[in-house]
Amino acid sequence: MSPSTHYDVILIGGGHNGLVAATYLAKAGRKVLVLEARSQLGGLAGVEEIFPGFHAPVGHADTGLLAPQVIKDLRLESHSLAFHDVPAAVFAPQPDGRALTLWRDPVRAQAEIARFSQKDAARYPDYLRVMARLAAVLAATAAEIPPDIITPSLKDLFPWARVALKARRLGRKDMMDFLRLLPMTAQEWLDEWFESPAVQATFGAPSVTGGMLGPQSSGSAYMLLYQQMGAPNAGYRSARFVQGGVGAVMAALARAAESHGVEILTDTPVARILIEDGRAAGVMLQDRDVLRAPVIVSNLDPRRTLFGLVGPQALNPRVMRRVRAIRFKGSTARLTLALSGLPRFKGAPDGHDHLAGYTLICPSLEYLERAYDDAKYGRISAHPAMELHFPTLHDADLAPAGQHLMSVTIRFTPYQLEGASWAKEGKRLTDLVIKTLDSHAPGFKSLVRHTHLRTPASLETDFAATEGGIMHGQMALDQWLMIRPVAGYAQYATQIPNLYLCGAGTHPGGGLTGLPGRNAARAILSHRG
Amino acid sequence: MPIPTPFHSRTAALSSSHEWRDWSGYLSAARYSATHDAEYYAVRSAAGLLDVSPLFKYDVTGPDAERLVDRLMTRDITQCAVGQVMYSPWCDEDGQVIDDGTIQRFGPQHFRLTAADPSLRWFQDVAFGLDAQIRDLSADLGALALQGPKSREILKQVITQSGVPLDALKYYYLTQAKIGRIPVTITRTGYTGDLGYELWVERRHAEKVYDQVYSVGQKYGLMPLGLVALDMLRIEAGLLLIDVDYIAATKANIEAQKSSPYEIGLGWAVDLDGGDFVGKPALVEEKRRGSEWLFCGLEIDWPHLEELFARVDLPPKVLGMASRSAVPVYRDGFQIGQVTSITFSPLLKKYIALATLQSQYAVPGDEVQIEMTVEFTRQQARARLVKTPFFNPKRKREVLK
Repeated sequence: MSPSTHYDVILIGGGHNGLVAATYLAKAGRKVLVLEARSQLGGLAGVEEIFPGFHAPVGHADTGLLAPQVIKDLRLESHSLAFHDVPAAVFAPQPDGRALTLWRDPVRAQAEIARFSQKDAARYPDYLRVMARLAAVLAATAAEIPPDIITPSLKDLFPWARVALKARRLGRKDMMDFLRLLPMTAQEWLDEWFESPAVQATFGAPSVTGGMLGPQSSGSAYMLLYQQMGAPNAGYRSARFVQGGVGAVMAALARAAESHGVEILTDTPVARILIEDGRAAGVMLQDRDVLRAPVIVSNLDPRRTLFGLVGPQALNPRVMRRVRAIRFKGSTARLTLALSGLPRFKGAPDGHDHLAGYTLICPSLEYLERAYDDAKYGRISAHPAMELHFPTLHDADLAPAGQHLMSVTIRFTPYQLEGASWAKEGKRLTDLVIKTLDSHAPGFKSLVRHTHLRTPASLETDFAATEGGIMHGQMALDQWLMIRPVAGYAQYATQIPNLYLCGAGTHPGGGLTGLPGRNAARAILSHRG
Repeated sequence: MPIPTPFHSRTAALSSSHEWRDWSGYLSAARYSATHDAEYYAVRSAAGLLDVSPLFKYDVTGPDAERLVDRLMTRDITQCAVGQVMYSPWCDEDGQVIDDGTIQRFGPQHFRLTAADPSLRWFQDVAFGLDAQIRDLSADLGALALQGPKSREILKQVITQSGVPLDALKYYYLTQAKIGRIPVTITRTGYTGDLGYELWVERRHAEKVYDQVYSVGQKYGLMPLGLVALDMLRIEAGLLLIDVDYIAATKANIEAQKSSPYEIGLGWAVDLDGGDFVGKPALVEEKRRGSEWLFCGLEIDWPHLEELFARVDLPPKVLGMASRSAVPVYRDGFQIGQVTSITFSPLLKKYIALATLQSQYAVPGDEVQIEMTVEFTRQQARARLVKTPFFNPKRKREVLK
């Protein structure tokens, strides 16, 4: 890069939404520069070498939510993105020694459920059908730019006719369910469907993804639906895996970006966004170099962008108050383990097909709610709820031959611990997780070679995620749609002219969808003509 | 139910009318005896003593104190010297006035702000991200306004020590002083448009300070002053009253009820060349585009008023006190605005009013009509637009040495 290079857009943060937004803008003819603070692209959707020879995903494990529009528009499949189907969506060992596996094959999955409840098994096909239909409506909302709640215009509402049409096609019964479901608790929703605690918990566990809300909190049913916006996957998330793991997605996005002429600089942290005459005019890098562009886009969360890079004094107090009020509430920790072999869970079938998707340590919604109860009061859950994934089953090259990586997503690990700090509690959490897993998979402990823990505190320090919130702002109903990230900012523009947001803190929110980036790019292009 | 101010034991003892008003939740004397005329004349010819403790008071300190106050106020606070006092409105994000008050600068990093309305939340919101502390002193400080041509003489005899000698203390400056052993802050400020001072004192010393000023003042014809006479005095001085002459942006029910500083005659207090204050972009735009409304003084044509009353065989009826009921102002039959405060000025022998008019009609010297009710019928009395203040004696700003 030479200092004389002219850019139309400078985009801060090379996470997946940043690359998506950059590529859409470049595709439309804009000269785009992406600045990434870390050595590797991807941010929370990236991959990092945590022990020599072990490359593990930071956050996301699957790409089931990646929007089909993004895959198509950016031609990711021509940039070597290849999906592969795995035999199982989720495997859930139970305390009584049994285990429930939701196979991708619906007949097999139904037979599994029948082992827990005949009634539940009978309702399973209906449940899948309803969830798929409702999730399609939610997915339609996710792909549109929300109307501006403060100065609504008719023009903003036109694209929503498509969503309305989709909703109409639901029919009266499903439409009613859609409206009911959004503010419901996952527990109430699943109580209406299933009786077996194991079945309820296996379907309900994703309802608490990335948030400090239990399955008995309002809005958890909405998150349950959100997690199914992508490819249907036996009723558990939208798990769809990619050859080479999530790192391959970032590589494909980077290739797509570069194919459209996006310039990407890693190891280039931005110190602040330059504001001149009240307008964003460029960025100052941490090494004090100044780069200018008529449009600045931030993939960082809204609070970090506006308070960290812009400075609260450049905002008006009304906006400042709203940004201060955004709840982040980091609640997720990630323990990555290097294993000398795959664990053998009680009640597991032969082979390791059942481990190809997720492994869930969450025997009932009550277990999950109690895990949340501890977190609510600033404690680590006495009985942690966990979602496991084995990246090496999707790409053996991620670890030395014969060895495995296991990512453990631990729910309800509060950013703010009551009377304790993560520096001290990390070891205790690691031990607790290993002990809990050992009780489900005897001998597990002896497989562990290394452990690497990311707490909400380290997610904040290393990935600029305020309060360790991986969703860049809690996905609650009051931080949704046209009030995400805050009222008046839902169209990706901020109060500061020329400054836009494109990260998970904007609509539709977190998860590897690429939609905030896509929507932001479209908003910027339509805004600036 | 209003509560007593730090001076209540004294003001209550002086009140024979027992007529109190609720001023920001405090008991405030409306008038001390059956009529307020003497109080009014005392301020213009001797001195009046008014309890202004119900004002809200805030201390701002810290390394970013100046940045904070400058960000709040439309005036350029970096130009406010230590020992100086400034008057300024402050605005919301849309450049609409929230309140107005004084800024006393005690030190490079120490200010005291006064406000008509509770302002702690707003000040703290604007302070977010700055290294400045705001302390609400509203209940801890008593405040007395000593106003009138004799106020300096009285105060000179009361104070035993003063940082700046009173004769040298300039209009809108302050000094730290002592009355016996009691520390007081004296600002040369007021709400009467006359020579005058305001004394700021810790609550526990309030009564002693009142006693001192009141007893010394007796030789000079000092009278305790209530809100009814004050209202007449401040109209003569052309001074605005919040919620009467303009509506705080925070309390307006509709956008149209809000006002920018330009629209209420405070354009002089907007410094667009200074730092970025809250609301500045909107005011830059308003300045470019022109304001919709302007603030104007108005004098009613007395012979015409006599004529209107003569038609029903009456002499003109004179209001004995200020009216805060808004009345329409017309020009050629069309309403062009409203009078928000009106009073008969006994000193000027004129009916005077404060008006908000559509800007194209706010031309001093022009003739307009104001609605007046004469024996239950609505009439339009002739009036002339004038610049305020109506009364502006030299002594207000005069320095003796």
